[in-house]
Formats: sequence, C-alpha cells, structure tokens
Amino acid sequence: MEILVCVKRVPDSAENEISVAPNGADIKRDDLVYSVNEWDNYAVEEAIQIVERDGGKVTVISVGDSDAEEIVRREMAMGAEQGLLATDATFEGSDGLGIATILAAAAKKGSYDLILTGALADDGAAQVGGMIAALLDLPYASVVNKIETKDGKSLRIGREIEGGAQEINDIELPCVLSIQTGINEPRYVGIRGIRKVASVEIPVLDAAALGVTAGKVGADSANVKRVDYFVPVAGAGAEMLSGSNDELADKLVALLKAKGGIK
Amino acid sequence: MNAKLFVFVSHRNGKADDSAFELASAAKTMLPGSAATAIVCGSGVDAVATEAAQLFAEVWKFDQSALAYPNAELIRPLLLEVVPAGSVLLLAHDTFGFDLGPGLSVKLGAAYVPDVVGFDGLDGTALKVVRQEFAGQVSAHVNANVANGAVVTVRSGAFKPSEVSPGGQVIDKSDEAAGLTAKRTFIEVIEAEAGDIDITREDVLVSVGRGIGDKENIGLVEELTDAMGAAMSCSRPIVDAKWLDKGRQVGTSGKTVKPKVYLALGISGSFQHLGGLKGNPFLVAVNKNPKAPIFQVATVGIIADLLEFLPVLTEKVQKAK
Ligand SMILES: Cc1cc2nc3c(=O)[nH]c(=O)nc-3n(C[C@H](O)[C@H](O)[C@H](O)COP(=O)(O)OP(=O)(O)OC[C@H]3O[C@@H](n4cnc5c(N)ncnc54)[C@H](O)[C@@H]3O)c2cc1C
Ligand SMILES: Nc1ncnc2c1ncn2[C@@H]1O[C@H](COP(=O)(O)O)[C@@H](O)[C@H]1O
Repeated sequence: MEILVCVKRVPDSAENEISVAPNGADIKRDDLVYSVNEWDNYAVEEAIQIVERDGGKVTVISVGDSDAEEIVRREMAMGAEQGLLATDATFEGSDGLGIATILAAAAKKGSYDLILTGALADDGAAQVGGMIAALLDLPYASVVNKIETKDGKSLRIGREIEGGAQEINDIELPCVLSIQTGINEPRYVGIRGIRKVASVEIPVLDAAALGVTAGKVGADSANVKRVDYFVPVAGAGAEMLSGSNDELADKLVALLKAKGGIK
Repeated sequence: MNAKLFVFVSHRNGKADDSAFELASAAKTMLPGSAATAIVCGSGVDAVATEAAQLFAEVWKFDQSALAYPNAELIRPLLLEVVPAGSVLLLAHDTFGFDLGPGLSVKLGAAYVPDVVGFDGLDGTALKVVRQEFAGQVSAHVNANVANGAVVTVRSGAFKPSEVSPGGQVIDKSDEAAGLTAKRTFIEVIEAEAGDIDITREDVLVSVGRGIGDKENIGLVEELTDAMGAAMSCSRPIVDAKWLDKGRQVGTSGKTVKPKVYLALGISGSFQHLGGLKGNPFLVAVNKNPKAPIFQVATVGIIADLLEFLPVLTEKVQKAK
C-alpha cells in the first residue's frame, strides 16, 4: 500500500508556557520548543505498521518553512521511506483550506492508496484531513483508532466516538483517515536513527511544482483569518494558594478535610 | 446578512443531544434576530423532530432507513442537495462534526470556522468569532469571510443550553435527497469496556495527567490516593501510554464523572478532559505552569512541581487522619 502521511511542526504545548506577544500579533516565539504534532506520530507509526505487514511505502509530507524539514527527517527516522517538504512564500498565511489545497495537490502527484493525517493540531481545528478528502473526492473518516487491512479494496476501521465507544466502518480505498492518539505506541526515535537519515535528500515542492496558484493558497485567499491573540479575561479563576511546598500542603490538607476529600 | 441559518441536530436513542440545546443559543448569539432552521436526519425521528421544534421555529425532517446511523459520508451529499448556497450551518465540534464539517465546507465553497467558543458579531461579510489555540493556553479573535456561507462548529459547553418553548413547525422532507450512497459503510458500535473500577461512582477522585512525566511516578499518585482513601482517575495521555486502564480516563472520549472533590495533578485542562467532569466539584489543580487553562476553572490552584509536592502532601495527609 502506498501511504502518504501529513505531518505538522508545532510548538509543543505540553512543554511550553505559551504567551501572547505585546501587540497580540503572535505568540512569543523565542525559546519555544517545537516538535511533531502529537497526533501525527501516531499516524506515521500506523502507516509504518501497515507497510511492515502488507508491503508498500510510507511518504511523509509537511507544509511549512525550511524549519519543517527537521520533523520530516524525524518521521523518516521512525521508518518512513520518503520525505517531502512543501514550501513556498505564497503558502504563508494559508488557512486550513489553503493547507489542504497544497497537500491535496501533492497527493495528486503520487498515487496513494491511503492518506493519513492527525485528528487535530495545535489550533484545534481538526479540519485538514476532511478537506483533503473533499478536494480529492475520496471517502473520509475522522478520529480513527483502528485500521485492519482487508482485500486491498477496502479497510475495516474503528472510530473513537464520544464516551470511548468504537464505531466500526468499512471504507473503500483510496481514502483519507485522520488518526487518533492511542491507536498504537509510536516507536522511539533515538539520536542514531536521526543520524542515519541526516543526509537523505528531502525534495522541496514549491507552488510551481505543485501547480497551485496564489489565488487558492496564502494569506490573501484565506477566508478564515486570525486577527490577534489575546488572553481571555478570566472568570473568577482559582484561588491560588501560596507558600513553600510544606505550607501549600498544610493549606491543602485543611481544605480537603473541610470538603470531605480525606476519608 | 440574508443567508439562511441552519443547525444540524444530533440525537441518540430518540432524544436530541445536549449539543442541540447549546447550538440553539449559539445561533441566537451569532446572528441575533435571525431564526435558525434545524435539520434532523435519521430513521424514525418524529420524537426528535418534535423535540427540536421546541428549540427552533422550523425543523426539516429527513426520515430514511438509510440514515438509521448518522454516517457523515451519507449526510454530506444529502445536505449538499438541500442546503442553499450561501447558507450558514452550525454543528457541534464533536467526532461527528469532525467527520461532516470540513468536507461539507469545501463542497459548499463556504468558509470553515471550527471550534468556536464565542461570537463577536457580524461586520459586513466578516463573522467575528473567538477561538482557542495551543490547548487553550491562548485565545484568538478570528474573522471568517462568510460571503459564500460558512460551516461553523461550536465547542461543547461554550454556550448555555437554550430554554425550550413549544411552537416550532416540522417540515417532512424525507422524500428529498433519497437514494444516496457512500463509500463508507457503518457496521456497528462497540461500547467501551468496563474498567477495573467504576470512577463514575466515586466521591473523591485523584486524577493524574501527562505532567507526572513517567510511568514510575504514578506510584507517587497512588500513595496520595491511598492516603486520602480516594480513587485514581486520569487524563487521556496516561491511557494512550498504557500507564492506566481506559476505564479510568475522564473526558469526552472517556468517562463522565461527578465527584465532590477532584484533584487534577499535571492536567492542563483541555475542554475534552473537562467535558467529562460534571457537577461542579471542589476542583484542586496542581500544575507547574501558571498559564495552564485548568487554573481558570479550578476552585483552588497550586503552582508546584508534582514530583516535589506530592511526597510532602501525602505525608501530611497521612498525619491528618
Ligand atoms: C476527539 C478527542 C477526544 C479526546 N478525549 C479526551 C478525554 O476523554 N480525556 C482527556 O483527558 N483528553 C482527551 N483528549 C485529549 C485532549 O485534547 C488533551 O490532549 C489531553 O486532555 C491533555 O492531557 P493532559 O492535560 O494530561 O496533558 P497536557 O495537556 O500535556 O498537560 C500536562 C500538564 O502538566 C503540567 N506539568 C508538566 N510537568 C509537570 C510537573 N512536573 N509538575 C506539575 N505540572 C506539570 C504542564 O504544565 C501541563 O499543563 C481528546 C482529544 C480529542 C481530539
Ligand atoms: N502545515 C501542515 N503540513 C502537513 N500537515 C498538516 C499541516 N497542517 C495540518 N496538517 C495535518 O492535518 C492534521 C489536522 O490538523 P488541523 O486540521 O490543523 O487540526 C494534522 O495532524 C496534520 O496531519
């Protein structure tokens, strides 16, 4: 099976305190730790496992600036055979549809049986996978937490729906799936793995190579635009306790006792 | 704006989903004064349509056996046939919305405005919304050009459920858009397995999140939980890493709990996690990041490193008994 996996470089929200830059135009970018979007690692792992089982090839692609190359390389170190970087000045400021347009154009350059994305990324949109499917007229399923390959014509998949129930579907190939965390255990990538792919060539696809025009991607054609970032005026918010760990623990124990938290 | 406004009503077991009530008030907040039309799809959905008519002035009912299960791959082409160009359609930002919404917006040529938590009005063709990014650490004002319509998904819990009042009209459109087919077939739903304990019945929950760092450190939480005589629950990454059983996961894709006291240890406070926490518990958050969104909803907050704080706390709890 030929599989394309879309991966995004994002500020790691578990590692960073994200704060708003003075004029609200952006978040503070200095000292941010970037990584692969959490969901995308699961998508790449799933693709690799399918290919290990049934044969084929995994290609990973990222839309971003030249910094995105490092995450493409990381996913190749996991075991993706081919990496692609879609980068062009006209791509900057694209909204979700713009990104999906670029990825769909890249997908058309190959002949993929399966296209995987993460279920969602740092801006919580959960949109790119479904848009790629619509642009390519392919069937789609989101929040997939199980993939069984069958006869080469279709897949049996599980979707994780509310309450943790699993919705089983059959879906025809080729198709687009967005992958939910927990579907597998993404393999560890060590420094040696990264070194092995350090000099592998990663082809760069620009607007001309992909045949996408400025009218379809980039800031000017974006229908959805962020105006600014801000910190919401918090409601009451929590009563913050202060003191040393010792004092904090004393205060908390008193509160917990009062509320019946200690039996 | 003259665009027609629609709300897609999800339902289960013959009852409208909670999201329908929230979407009804979201629609009123988004475009005050304009009446939304509800869309109800399914098989044998008279009761749901009648219920929806208490929330919306007009309800379009699509009753077909093929729609017995809400398969977005079937419902999308249906909506494309019946929803006029330029419409604005609201749906819940849930796993059905993820399935339906993005592709629908592409096919309608409409803007996609996902996971909205607030509306700031309409300025010409710019719909002004509020979103959150980076797991809720910052908010953003976003403008969507809705000249060609929009598909908007609304976060659960962001709008108060609307009051019901009878009087809406149900229009049966079951004969429209018949004979639809899809390349995705629904097979079955497998309910979540019961875990080793039932956290939904516990009064006091000590809940551990990714901030605990390592599997070995779960022991620190276990000691505290034992000392308190409480039960341990967790956020999703702990289950994904297989450190604890799925049955202990609190959240929209886990269990809905209603404890009196809830300790959130190293949990950032994503809406998917908080979506499983009901009943306004005495909520204590311990987190090393003062910007963690959990502090906006907690009753009491403590900024501390869990690995240092937990042993101290456990000892004090043991002494206090
Ligand atoms: C469809 C869908 C369904 C989902 N369902 C659920 C669900 O049911 N339940 C759920 O929980 N999530 C769910 N999620 C995932 C959710 O979006 C978040 O990713 C998840 O809740 C984050 O878990 P967390 O708070 O433990 O981790 P993080 O967001 O990574 O937060 C970790 C926190 O720990 C703090 N921390 C780190 N180190 C320390 C330390 N040493 N001491 C103190 N604090 C520390 C950090 O500051 C941070 O705030 C779902 C996601 C999707 C897309
Ligand atoms: N710039 C990008 N490059 C490659 N893939 C992306 C990009 N942005 C989003 N995606 C893919 O789309 C998924 C969902 O992201 P989103 O729709 O932005 O929430 C991600 O997990 C990625 O798989």
